This record gives sequence, structure tokens and C-alpha cells, in this order.
Amino acid sequence: MTINTTDGSRQAGTLRVENPTGDTLVIRLSGAWKLSAEIPSIADTQKQLAETPSIRKLAFDARGVTGWDSGLLTFLTTLIADSERRGIETDRAGLPEGVVRLLALAVAVPERKDTGRLDERRSLLRMVGAATLVAANETRKMLAFLGEAFVAFLKFLAGRARYRRSDFLMVLQEVGVQALPIVTLISFLVGVILAYVGAIQLRQFGAQAYVADLVGIAMTREMGAMMAAIIMAGRTGAAFAAQLGTMQVNEEIDALTTLGISSMEFLVLPRILALALMMPLLGIYADLLGIMGGAAVGTGMLHLGGTEYYVRTRAAVGLDDFAAGLIKASVFGVLVAVAGCLRGMQCGRSSAAVGAATTSAVVTGIVLIIVFDALMTVIFDQIGF
Amino acid sequence: MTSTEARIEVRELTMAYGDRVIQRDLSFTIERGDIFVVMGGSGCGKSTLLRHMIGLNEPAHGDVLYDGQNFWAAEPAARDKMMRRFGVLYQSGALWSSMTLAENVALSLGEYTTLSPALIREVVSLKLALVGLAGFEEFYPSEISGGMRKRAGLARAMALDPDILFFDEPSAGLDPISSHLLDELILELRASLGTTVVIVTHELASIFAVANNSVFLDADTKTMIARGDPKELLEHPPQPKVREFLTRGESQRELKHG
Repeated sequence: MTINTTDGSRQAGTLRVENPTGDTLVIRLSGAWKLSAEIPSIADTQKQLAETPSIRKLAFDARGVTGWDSGLLTFLTTLIADSERRGIETDRAGLPEGVVRLLALAVAVPERKDTGRLDERRSLLRMVGAATLVAANETRKMLAFLGEAFVAFLKFLAGRARYRRSDFLMVLQEVGVQALPIVTLISFLVGVILAYVGAIQLRQFGAQAYVADLVGIAMTREMGAMMAAIIMAGRTGAAFAAQLGTMQVNEEIDALTTLGISSMEFLVLPRILALALMMPLLGIYADLLGIMGGAAVGTGMLHLGGTEYYVRTRAAVGLDDFAAGLIKASVFGVLVAVAGCLRGMQCGRSSAAVGAATTSAVVTGIVLIIVFDALMTVIFDQIGF
Repeated sequence: MTSTEARIEVRELTMAYGDRVIQRDLSFTIERGDIFVVMGGSGCGKSTLLRHMIGLNEPAHGDVLYDGQNFWAAEPAARDKMMRRFGVLYQSGALWSSMTLAENVALSLGEYTTLSPALIREVVSLKLALVGLAGFEEFYPSEISGGMRKRAGLARAMALDPDILFFDEPSAGLDPISSHLLDELILELRASLGTTVVIVTHELASIFAVANNSVFLDADTKTMIARGDPKELLEHPPQPKVREFLTRGESQRELKHG
């Protein structure tokens, strides 16, 4: 392919249409036909073709062309496709040799019409229907996942589940010890915030001392478990989804399946177990740190004595409150792990899908935590727990 | 066991993702000791066919039989048992990234045999040595090159001495010499263990070097358009498309320019 780049290339491409005989149209091209230069519009030529229906043949004379690139090719492919639709024959002999070869290459593989992806215009009804089918399918998959996870758990209880103990210990460490710093920070600050909010209101009645009750009960019953769970949803749920999703992309899960090893037992079970075990412990730890945060505000700002704060907290917080928090934390642990593993296992086969799975795991995890928290709070209240 | 020698039989298999049909009406048999190649242009459904044969995708229609036993009609437990006789080498190796090479190879041995841990270690070293990875036992998949990962994947696929080995694009991403060594290894496995091998590939050099049976999938008509020994297909191509593929399009160019 020779592309002329002499000074002529500065001169913009020009186009002259001649009509020597009744049924032939000759298109004379000259100057530089480049994307960077100005290229004549194709509309005029198309108009002329439309106006003279007697034309049966299109010929080119490109002797005046000083340089060309994709600009000329785009012009020609459009023109040729247009004239073929009109039943006009094109004679490409007058074009530069390189152009002729590239044009032949461009039409060598015909466009696939059956890909079903082009020109999709759907009615509202159809979109609603499709969305419903997707939602139904999603629910079915989620139930299937829960069922399989439960079967794997039963197998574990019977001591027949196949997983590697070292994997389990690894996950245990990841979701336990390694989560302590962030849980420490967040829980302490949540305790501080609760105490502040309470103090402003209670000071109006001279009842500052009740800040200890407020923080103690709120942390143990509610905030300790919930904050720890939300931290774990963002930290561990996302990690589970990303790990399993990447394994899906990398065909590692297929490799387990063809070996006859259930990925449910091998990958999902240790993760759910680890989080279900560690979550209550993290919850208790969060309770303690939250109460310490409250105590910091109580002694520092409200001038309560340290002993007084301790005694009030002990009097206010009962074993019930702790138990309620613990139950919630265990449930949240399972929910976060299930959301993370579910999204990871459902992951598609691309890097974008891993990102989507991670996001979806966090969102699903947090939604489940809040919904179940509300449910359990109402139930505990009803049964007077 | 049936009277035929057919190790794998595919009957009127139709594969689809949702409504989109990938291939329809595939029927062929693979005999014991065959080196069978699934070939065709990019995107015609070769790898999808492999996924159907190894039990990862369920057929939209049709059956896959192993030694006369219908795979998809079987109970999950029986299916697991059939799958245990496969070894699969995935396109990217698909090694479990949280395990060392030795652990990758040892997993199935630990699950399905009663060998002692010491013996398993020895078997693992042998398998890794067979694919030229002796001494890499304690490496993680992320620490070795792509070609080595592929070979480690092969060592893992051979761990249980499977009757049937499946290869998904084994020479993709390998240099010509490594790819040639892999071909030699495949021939060696067949000769020494009588392994039946199914390969998905479009590497002509490998196809002619190892295969004695094949099926050609066509993306346009969405079905198979040829089957048999690739060398015979080259001599007597049933369709111009097959000839074009097997000659890298050279024959067509000759017609045009000659």
C-alpha cells in the first residue's frame, strides 16, 4: 500500500461527478482524502444517484488523489453499499490498488444478521415481562443456593462434608482477628455518638446519669451486632464474592465440579461456618468497645464518675440484652456470608462481572441485615424478650 | 457395557444458551484410544461442546453416553462416578489459586484414594515430573508462567490416571516447542495408558500431528459438517469450508490468484 504524503496532501480532497454517457457516472477524486483533512460530503453524490435513475454503472478516476486513509475507505464503502442497494454496478478499476484490496477485505465476511443484538426496541409490556422472569429466576436460584447450603451443612454435621481444614482456619483468621482493628474503631465511635445524642436530650432534665443505661442497652441489644455486621458485609462479604467470582472466571469452580467435589462443601461451607462462629464474638467485642466509648463521653463531658458509670451500666444491662444481641449477631453472620457466597457463585465470566458481584454482595448483605434486624426486634418485643 | 467399542457417544446433541442455539444435531462416536479433535472456526461452539461432554452444561436436547451409559439421565451419584474417570485440562489451567501445585494435584488423590500422605506426595512429584515441573511442588499458581500453569493443570488432570482426558485449547498461549512437546506427551499417554483423548483446538499442526478422528463444527449452519480422520478430510474434503480450514485458506487464495 502506498500512501502519498507529498505537499499535495495538504490540499483537501475534492470530488467531481461526471456523466459522460447516459448510464455511467464517473466520480473523479483528487487531493488528499484523509480523516484529518476535509472530505466532501457523500450526500451530494447520493442525491445525484437518486435523481438520475437511468444510471447503471459507477466508475472511479482517482488519478488525482495525492493521499488517502480510512477517510476515503469510509466514503467508498458507504457509496458502494448505497449503489448496490439501487442495483448499480461499481467498477473499482480506477481506484488505487491498496484501496481495492482493503475494500475486498471489508466485505469478505458478511455481517451476521442473526446475532439478535442490533436494533433492539422493546415495548414496555415486554420489558416488564422480562424483568418479572428475571426476578422469578433470581428467587429460584437463591432458594436453590440456600437449599444446597443447608444440605452441605447437614453433611458437615454428619461429618461427611469435604473441605480443607486449613481453608477453614484461614477464613476464620480473616473474618476474626483481622477484622478487630476496624471493629474497634467503629464501635468505639458509635458508643461516643450514642452518648452524645443521649446527653444533649437527657441534660435538659438533669438525667445525665441515664446516658450509661442508654448506651449500654442500645449497644448490647442493637448497635453492637448491627455495626459489626455492616462492617463485615463491606469487608468480608465483598471479599467472599470477589474470591469466588474470580474462581468462577478462572474456571476453578468448573475444575472442582468435574472432579466431583461439591463447591458448596469445599468453598461455601467453610466461609459460612467461619463467619457464623466469629460474628457473635465480634458482636460482644463491639458491645464492650461501644460501652467504653459511652464511658469516655460520660466521664469526660458529663462529669460522671468512672465507677458510677460502671455501676449504672451493670444495673441497666441484663443477660437478656446480651443474649438478644448475640442471637442477632449469629443470624447476621450467616446472612452476610450467604450473600457474599451467593453473589460470588452466581458471578459471570468476566472481570466486570466480578465487580458487579462484589457490589451486589455488599448491597444484598446490608439489606438482609436491616430487614432481619427489624423482624427480630419486633419478634423479641412481642415475646417480651 | 454395550457391544460397541464406543467410549463416548454423542447423540443428536443440541446446545443452546437460553433461546440462542449454538449447535444442533451433533452425533458422533469416540472409540477407546482415539485422539479426537473438535475443530472449527472461532466462536462456533467448540468449547461449549466440551462443557456439555464433561457435565458442566446440560444439553437442550440429545444425549451424551459414556460406555453406553447415558450421562444426563443418570442419578447425580452415578454422574459423579462417571466424572471421576475424566481428567480435564482447562484453557487457562484453572489451578486453584489458594493452593500450591502439590496441593492442586494431591486434592483428588486425597479425596478418592486411600493412599497414605507420604505416598500421595510421591505420586504428586511423579505427575509433576512427567510434565517437566519437578521441584515446583511448593509454588503457588501465581508464581509460575502461563505455560507452566497449563502443564501443572495437565498434571492435575492426570492425577487419578483417568480413562478419558479432555483438553480445552491446549496449545493456546504456548510457544511452538512447548506445544510440540505437549503433542508428544498426548501421544505418549495414549500409547502407554490407552487413554482416550478429546481435544478442542484450531491448531492445524497439532491436529495433523495427533488426531485420528475429529468433528468439524460450522458456525454458519450451526451444525457439524464433517467428521473422521483429519488427514483424510484434507485429502477428500466433503465441503469447501473444511478444505479451506484445513489448508488455512490457502486453497481459496490459489483459486483466486492462480
